[in-house]
Amino acid sequence: MKQGAEFDPATPLTPTGNLRRRQLFSKLAEYGATAAAVIAVGVLAIVTYTVFTRGAAALDLDFLIKGAPDGIGPELVGTAIIVAIATAMAMPVGVLIALYLTEYAGNRAAHLVKLTMDVMNGLPSIIIGLFIFGLMVNHHKQSGFAGSVALAIIMLPLIARGTQEVLQLVPVHQREAADALGVSRWRAVVGVVLPNAIGGIATATVLSVARAAGETAPLIFASSVFDPGSYYMNPFEALPNVSVRIYSLSEEANPEGFTEAWGLSMILISFILFASLGARALLARSKRKMAS
Amino acid sequence: MTDLDSLPPLDTSAPPQRVRLRTEPLPGLADALTESSNGHWQVAPEIVFDSQDVSVFYGPKQALTGVNLAIRRGQVTALIGPSGCGKTTFLRSLNRMNDSVPAFRIEGQILYHGHDIYGSGVDQVEVRRRIGMVFQKPNPFPKSIYDNVAWAPRNLGMRAGLDERVEKALRGAALWDEVKDRIKDSALGLSGGQQQRLCIARAIAIEPDVLLLDEPASALDPIATGAIEELVHTLKGRFTIVIVTHNMQQAARVADRTAFFSLESSQVGAVGTLIEFDDTTRIFGDPRDPRTRDYVNGRFG
Repeated sequence: MKQGAEFDPATPLTPTGNLRRRQLFSKLAEYGATAAAVIAVGVLAIVTYTVFTRGAAALDLDFLIKGAPDGIGPELVGTAIIVAIATAMAMPVGVLIALYLTEYAGNRAAHLVKLTMDVMNGLPSIIIGLFIFGLMVNHHKQSGFAGSVALAIIMLPLIARGTQEVLQLVPVHQREAADALGVSRWRAVVGVVLPNAIGGIATATVLSVARAAGETAPLIFASSVFDPGSYYMNPFEALPNVSVRIYSLSEEANPEGFTEAWGLSMILISFILFASLGARALLARSKRKMAS
Repeated sequence: MTDLDSLPPLDTSAPPQRVRLRTEPLPGLADALTESSNGHWQVAPEIVFDSQDVSVFYGPKQALTGVNLAIRRGQVTALIGPSGCGKTTFLRSLNRMNDSVPAFRIEGQILYHGHDIYGSGVDQVEVRRRIGMVFQKPNPFPKSIYDNVAWAPRNLGMRAGLDERVEKALRGAALWDEVKDRIKDSALGLSGGQQQRLCIARAIAIEPDVLLLDEPASALDPIATGAIEELVHTLKGRFTIVIVTHNMQQAARVADRTAFFSLESSQVGAVGTLIEFDDTTRIFGDPRDPRTRDYVNGRFG
């Protein structure tokens, strides 16, 4: 066969044939992808900007510590209690599920549990709210605790999957070192595997807390009939909380209520941003530590 | 368990004792004695591991076939051979480290002081408590030097005299003088050679019976390697040591007995096979098998 029949290798190295068209296409794809990324960042920026500019007007010390109509103190405390109880329930179970997945389960069981966690993660929160309503509220009464259980269900897959991912990063040679010392499996897990992964576990928990703090639908079922005027601490009563308060204020035809709702939103979004960024920093630090 | 230090020192590094007997040995004694080629009776060395026709498979792939080899108490036994010949597989089978490898399967028997390592009712944690292991790459825990050594004794309930135990283990691993002033510092700050000696200290802190060393010096520079070899010399006798090495000079320097493994082709592809097992001087000086001779003379591998 004759060589070099397709082109003359001596011509200048400028685009020939359909190369111009292919390059144009490639450029278009690049711009499209860049634009999509910019839009995503832009949406977050616009939402944050809007919430902060409108909410800032409401913000002062009274707003943070007093009850309605001046402030949102009871909601902040109520949400803190509900989320704290939810975390106390979801974290140990989530970490144990992650340990089951990485340390004990066979391939098939692990696959099934992972799938379950992913499906749970995708469950609409209103369905979880309805479930808790049927289980704990209907024929009883609303309570912050019922809300906590609902939030714990939402947090569980996030903590389990997040923890499982960092547990898998714990190097095999660390596990082997522990195994070779004739120490039982559980001791090896507690003494070597978990300490290696502690940063990642904290990250997963913080991210799930940020997610749970803003969940509204389950709390509308579980803890929405409350008096926003004073503080309530008993989790077996309905507790004032941030997300339901934002919802009910925005339903009222009251301009001051809108400002208050924006202010509350600002606090919620600041917390979520702060928690997420903090969690990332924590994870980056623990990954560096693991790599060294 | 017996504290090894409370026993009178046992110099098992010396060659087997020769006993001249004029009559036939007593009936019970016969098992313990063997007749050597020149008609002398000698005390048979105590066997720690007796591998009987051991074959190892990973799924459909056979990694080792028909290994028969007896490892003597208090001696250093080296496993040498080219890459992929199954020497590490064999080593890891001795303390059941391969159990966690998916599709691992073993045939034949490995007897440890007469007990089948893979027998029913045998607990792998108990196996590893008696048979310690040091890996190719130093793998200290991200804890302090002290906690690295103290971790296993603490978990095994050996809390009494923990400080002394840690010091003794670090001295035993020839590391004490280098780290005694910074024992609470992170182990990750040590050099590679120091980390590997720390791993040895960690392994001997629980006073195992056997130490398995899987190419312990392959990730280290020549000076650190020399220190490890020196250490193997001082530890033998106190522990039975099995060492895998790809470095023939190392085997010649540290081992009493040497096993040469090679890849032999069979119907199922290349399979790791024990070619020859004998005194180290014999393996390197006057091997029986031409394949051993070619390998130790550097003709292949």
